[in-house]
Amino acid sequence: MAFELPALPYADDALEPHYSANTFSYHHKKHHNTYVVNLNNLIKDTEFEGKTLVEIILASAGKNPGVFNNSAQVWNHTFFWNSMSPNGGGAPTGAIADKIAADFGSYDNFVTEFKNAGATQFGSGWAWLVLGTDGKLKVTKTPNAETPLTAGEKPIITCDVWEHAYYLDYQNLRPKFLEVFLEKLVNWEFANEMLAGKEFSGDK
Amino acid sequence: MRNNIKLFSTSILAIATVFLIPVCANAQQNNAPKAIDAPMSAFTLAPLPYAYDALEPAIDTQTMTIHHDKHHQAYVDNLNKAIAANPALGGQSLDQLIVKAGTLPPAVRNNAGGHWNHTFFWDSMAPVAKSGTPSPALNAAIISSFGSMDNFKAEFKKAGLGRFGSGWVWLIVGADGKLAITSTPNQDNPLMDIAEVKGTPLLGNDMWEHAYYLKYQNKRGDYIDAWWQVVNWDAVSKRYASVTKK
Ligand SMILES: [Fe+2]
Repeated sequence: MAFELPALPYADDALEPHYSANTFSYHHKKHHNTYVVNLNNLIKDTEFEGKTLVEIILASAGKNPGVFNNSAQVWNHTFFWNSMSPNGGGAPTGAIADKIAADFGSYDNFVTEFKNAGATQFGSGWAWLVLGTDGKLKVTKTPNAETPLTAGEKPIITCDVWEHAYYLDYQNLRPKFLEVFLEKLVNWEFANEMLAGKEFSGDK
Repeated sequence: MRNNIKLFSTSILAIATVFLIPVCANAQQNNAPKAIDAPMSAFTLAPLPYAYDALEPAIDTQTMTIHHDKHHQAYVDNLNKAIAANPALGGQSLDQLIVKAGTLPPAVRNNAGGHWNHTFFWDSMAPVAKSGTPSPALNAAIISSFGSMDNFKAEFKKAGLGRFGSGWVWLIVGADGKLAITSTPNQDNPLMDIAEVKGTPLLGNDMWEHAYYLKYQNKRGDYIDAWWQVVNWDAVSKRYASVTKK
């Protein structure tokens, strides 16, 4: 069965003015949708057809760049939409707050590391908060479509730093976008669910 | 033959990038005492070779302004910072840095590439009225390598669309003296030792989203189509003549 474009978890203007409906009209309706369409075309009548999105990502990594890039970008974007919320931003609460304090020393340290990761990902890519294989939270960055899933890490939060993610709203000011993402948008409720071990299929 | 071509490439670069050499800010004036620790500054950003609105409507004024004044400026500034952090690399020309990109710290490689590529890019374009046409020699080479000008443009577009993420698409003269199309990731280019396909660039188009997003958004193909209107064929033809005349 073919994949479908997952709906945004909020209205397309729900994150205004920090993340515009205009940006979503391209980022979700065009970029994300193109990855879905390309993926369906690429896996039709192949060994990937019928697998889950995560299975396709893991099976194609390092072997089939077309399938990997499109499947990972479908998952990454769905994860990014969920990493933001109209009620988001600011310091976390709940288990993620304690774990960030324990593993980074302080929330401020995390903020510094996350902004730095996003700002220094040269070219297109992603900044991540993940639960590492050692059970500790850490900040990582990945180029293009690459995802921490292939390293066995559990993504907790991501911010898209492809230029298409922020260019209409922030132009060249990627650090400003990262700042607004953390102060106004980041969805700690979702982060707590991920930290608790909830699966994320990325296809809905 | 191979050696000859290498020589051409070097001399072309010397000509093409004569303005891309770091200038010493504290150049000795008269008999002023020498400042021992004054650093060599620095690569500088040249103005655009035309007005910001000169490439309308193919490339809009706002895009040209941000692309040159912000993005290109940032590559220049960050290159200078990266060189300051790696003093052993000081005093070298951009061309010297580019050809040994594989041995450079990422900050030097990326920003040196960004500076070289954008300078080359601005010089590869001209207002529609001054964009000229390919010289007979270049035209013949394009037809010989790609069958027709339309095929060349189609293959160039395909390579540009196929560059996943950020990067560049190029028309180059390869080591065999023939024209070829290639693409490079991020701010790499075909002169770099680490390039998968090496050669002397004749023409390059910026496939970073910042090059076209304000006007074309996700439609990279439309940007490539429109961009042909502002390709400076006189400049490209001159580059080709420099490669082939020796
Ligand atoms: Fe650029």
